[in-house]
Amino acid sequence: MSSQDIPEESLPSTQGAAHQGAVVSGEDPFADPGLPPHEHRIQDIDERAAKRSERVVAFLFTLSMLATVGFIVAYLAIPVDKNIYVFPIGHISALNFSLGLSLGVALFCIGAGAVHWARTLMSDVEVADERHPIEASPEVKAKVLADFADGARESALGRRKLIRNTMFGALAMFPLSGVFLLGGLGPKPGTKLRKTKWSAGKMLINQNTMQPLRPEDVQVGSLTFAMPEGMSEEDHDFQQEIAKAALMIVRLRPENIKDKRELDWSVDGIVAFSKICTHVGCPISLYEQQTHHVLCPCHQSTFDLSDGGRVIFGPAGHPLPQLQIKVNDKGYLEAMGDFPEPVGPAFWERG
Amino acid sequence: MSTTEQRRKAPAGERVADWADGRLGIYSLAKANMRKIFPDHWSFMLGEVCLYSFLIIILTGVYLTLFFHPSMEEVVYHGSYVPLQGVRVSEAFNSTMHISFDVRGGLLIRQIHHWAALVFLAGMFVHMMRVFFTGAFRKPREINWLFGFLLFVLGVFTGFTGYSLPDDLLSGTGVRFTEGAILSVPVVGTYISMFLFGGEFPGADIVPRFYSIHILLLPGIMLGLVVAHLILVIYHKHTQFPGPGRTEKNVVGMPLLPVYMAKAGGFFFLVFGVIAAVAALATINPIWDFGPYRPDHVSTGAQPDWYMGFAEGLVRVMPGWEINVAGHTLVLGVFIPIVIFPLVLIAIGIYPFIESWVTGDKREHHLLDRPRNAPTRTAFGAAWIAEYFVLLIGGGNDLWATHFHLSINSITWFVRIAFFVVPVLVFIATKRVCLGLQRRDRDKVLHGRETGIIKRLPHGEFIEVHEPLSQDQLHTLTAHEQPRPLELEPEVDENGVARKAGAGQKLRVKLSRGFYGEGSQIPKPTAEEYQEITSGHGHH
Repeated sequence: MSSQDIPEESLPSTQGAAHQGAVVSGEDPFADPGLPPHEHRIQDIDERAAKRSERVVAFLFTLSMLATVGFIVAYLAIPVDKNIYVFPIGHISALNFSLGLSLGVALFCIGAGAVHWARTLMSDVEVADERHPIEASPEVKAKVLADFADGARESALGRRKLIRNTMFGALAMFPLSGVFLLGGLGPKPGTKLRKTKWSAGKMLINQNTMQPLRPEDVQVGSLTFAMPEGMSEEDHDFQQEIAKAALMIVRLRPENIKDKRELDWSVDGIVAFSKICTHVGCPISLYEQQTHHVLCPCHQSTFDLSDGGRVIFGPAGHPLPQLQIKVNDKGYLEAMGDFPEPVGPAFWERG
Repeated sequence: MSTTEQRRKAPAGERVADWADGRLGIYSLAKANMRKIFPDHWSFMLGEVCLYSFLIIILTGVYLTLFFHPSMEEVVYHGSYVPLQGVRVSEAFNSTMHISFDVRGGLLIRQIHHWAALVFLAGMFVHMMRVFFTGAFRKPREINWLFGFLLFVLGVFTGFTGYSLPDDLLSGTGVRFTEGAILSVPVVGTYISMFLFGGEFPGADIVPRFYSIHILLLPGIMLGLVVAHLILVIYHKHTQFPGPGRTEKNVVGMPLLPVYMAKAGGFFFLVFGVIAAVAALATINPIWDFGPYRPDHVSTGAQPDWYMGFAEGLVRVMPGWEINVAGHTLVLGVFIPIVIFPLVLIAIGIYPFIESWVTGDKREHHLLDRPRNAPTRTAFGAAWIAEYFVLLIGGGNDLWATHFHLSINSITWFVRIAFFVVPVLVFIATKRVCLGLQRRDRDKVLHGRETGIIKRLPHGEFIEVHEPLSQDQLHTLTAHEQPRPLELEPEVDENGVARKAGAGQKLRVKLSRGFYGEGSQIPKPTAEEYQEITSGHGHH
């Protein structure tokens, strides 16, 4: 396919190069030359090129139809739980893969066809349209202001102050009902954020084994998660209680404990700290045995468990609360009370 | 009768249109809009990407509501994903697992929905930058800028409430962070938290509440804003770049019917097609890998979706300041970031009003600025983006640390310093680059285009041949305005009465000098300069 036998006169080079409505003044070299002349595309002057474009567009639309058929076949034929290996992605759901690709092809080909049609076969002559100022003419404005003044005078709102003032009062007050209705969204905070399920005499339950912990279960270098006895995953309030009561237990050598109160509240070097980060409440889960640092994976607050849970890095504002523990007469670890301060993120009433 | 004959002859389409016109007046509407002219430029399709991804989100979102159960009631998972069988999960998580593994095509629709949301927000961000850097927000389009800005902000929150719905470990951690942030608000923080969650965190209300916010409240507002945004685009007529034949009083381009009907309509299918293919090939938000949310569990590398990343960065790099006074705690370490978060957004949102105040320009603008020709605005925009990306680095400080083997402490300190320093540096650098480009334009106009052809003169000198620009190019490069900065009025007026300029006026003059004063724009070539150079000798 070549464009060799196109009549000379329809080639772009022989078409008039004059600008439409050009006003090039002699004085100003930067004057607006007006819209440039339209340059013909190959499809405008060669019917065979136009036919080629037509076939491309039709091909794309046909491909889209085939892809939709493919989508339906895939939907009906491929089991929902079948996995296939696709290089280089790996093992993926066969159904998701084939549905997505066939849908993607079906849609993309419609779009590509339409755009190709518009770019090659529809007129690409640029035309100019006028703009008009957005703001109204002075006459229109004057008419509107006069109309408004008439309306306002007829309403007598300015003259009858009693109506005006009581109306404003009523309109200002009724949204209050809505504000009060929102009061039912939740309870008052009260002391809810200050109390957890821990209390004197509650044994520490290992969250892995669901058995009460003995001191000998806790090895130096290990990190153990515990919850108070009497809690069960089936409880309706389990989530909100564990959000406060979650506890982590580590064993340090007593001589490594720098903080005096921490040492007093420990048992043979076993210390129990709240697992809830004092920054915004993520559970802390990374423990560095050598340094006794714990790190919150959310915002990287780092606490030193050998120094009263002090913050040594990151955005947290105060130390992790410690739970005072002892060994009861049956040999199990138990709490000697609740945390002395609220666990988790700080709040206005915390103090 | 000729009229009845005509009516009988009218094609079916015309008769339907007649019927509708008699009730809706569609002919008048079509007269004004059917052949409406739209200018063409690749950057004008960025807004279209947003519109189409918004439509895709609505379509797929409606489908998802048919299967999703917005409930935090706990059930034991018995679906077909073996590793989680027997685990206690919420109804929300259970039904999302059901959509992903048991509904045919459910996973695809879920992934299209999530990918389209990311494309929507990224598209709005880039579209907003296009509008910003070309000055398309100037009068009469300031309100439409605000509509677009609100769409971006609401989009961020719709995205957040949406990815929190499956109640998986990752999104639940994000919700926990939100609760911690709310608690830091002085005086009312605990009350807002209790009211939002219906009691203590996590409670059983947050998923159903986010659900109605995510599928009804926010998209309802956004749909209204999108419609208003589009109506204003049509009403104002689209802006255009300067060029031959393009003025403030016209709009040059191709008509809606048929060219833009086909291009824009086709573009919807292109966007949808690409997102569907991406959803087929790239997994997004694999909640089965995260597992159900439990307040005492967490995964490492917890990251929000990208558009929340800068807020995350603020929270991560802020020092942990807490002040205890008179039995109360001021949690500045968390509260300052959640105050800066909206301020960062508002800074860009109100910029058009600041610029119009500083410049005192009350005229309509329909010709776009080339970014180089508005150096101060361009520099401000670049500084804002730099700030955004600095915070994005802060938001992913753990990932930067693990992927590039850096110390998390040094990254945090880098972001703390960069937060203040980088925007200033970027501002200065961008302004200089803009001025450099203006100088280059000036040289091009006066001395022509460098052709790269070396010519040897009879006496042996080598020169590079410069080709004079065409009239079109000369006009395009000199069409922009170069306003003069505002001047303070003399302290004493013509009658000898002292007149003191207020502090506001002084600031305005100062800023105006920053915008248009010396060192903020390179004077564009004048006709005299051009003629002097081109008229005779010394033309290199």
